Amino acid sequence: MSDNHDTASMQDHIRVYLMVFGALGVLTIVTVLASYLTLSTSEAIFLALIIASVKASLVLGYFMHLITERKMIIWILLMTVFFFFIMIFLPLISNIDHAGDPAQWWKVL
Amino acid sequence: MEIPYVVEEREDTGLINSKLGIWIFLASEVMLFGGLFSAYIFLRMAALPGDFERWASELSVPMATVNTVVLISSSVSMVMAWASLKMKDFSKYKMYLGITIFCSFVFLTIKYFEYSGKFAHDIYPSSNTFMAIYFTLTGLHVLHIIGGVVVMLYFYLPISHKMWNQQPEQFTNRIEVFGLYWHFVDLVWIFLFPVLYLL
Repeated sequence: MSDNHDTASMQDHIRVYLMVFGALGVLTIVTVLASYLTLSTSEAIFLALIIASVKASLVLGYFMHLITERKMIIWILLMTVFFFFIMIFLPLISNIDHAGDPAQWWKVL
Repeated sequence: MEIPYVVEEREDTGLINSKLGIWIFLASEVMLFGGLFSAYIFLRMAALPGDFERWASELSVPMATVNTVVLISSSVSMVMAWASLKMKDFSKYKMYLGITIFCSFVFLTIKYFEYSGKFAHDIYPSSNTFMAIYFTLTGLHVLHIIGGVVVMLYFYLPISHKMWNQQPEQFTNRIEVFGLYWHFVDLVWIFLFPVLYLL
């Protein structure tokens, strides 16, 4: 009885995996098509990173089971994201300092 | 000596040790690739206007798009391999793991043609800044793929059947933990693809 229940539950999971697979495929095509749009560099970067982030969220949430994962894992990842952004943006701020007007920070992109 | 908490969860963490271990490892991997992405941003900011775009246009978008689909497919087949073990279907597990291994070889083959195409045109990591960071980022990613293939081949060998028969739950957890690594490799490519090929 329990085995049957587990199998039925996994079948539901498999359906979700296949839907995520479809979504990732569509988003890959959207990423390529978006690169043909006439956009400024900063707009193109923003759009590409938004699409990539959505794809990454799907992989993290469903394939890596983060949506049902324990809080300890979530905390480890939040800490990682925090330090990741420090690593990315701290040198960037230093560069802006050398570049001139801090209010024009986005121009360095 | 028996390794503790590989099947039952620890009371304090609520996790099996191997899962906690792989997530901490993946956190360190985020910082490794993050450092190189940070380097990419700096090199691009310091480059002459249009320089990165011009060299990026030398890369093959169709090849990279196919590789993206191949890697996403391998991620799905990996999670399906784990799901098959959860449903106690070892033969399906072998089939899906075989598909994952096949996809990783397709990825590496396409990457080989991409690299050899560049070398044939005398384009090397030393040619310019864009190619330096391109080869560094994709080369490190390829090394991760090769590492994953080695582990997958081990789990595909006949010994896997013995492991499954002796400790099915532990074996299922090992595949889940390896799957987390493999999905991470896919995640890195999801960001590498637009950053290097499309922007």
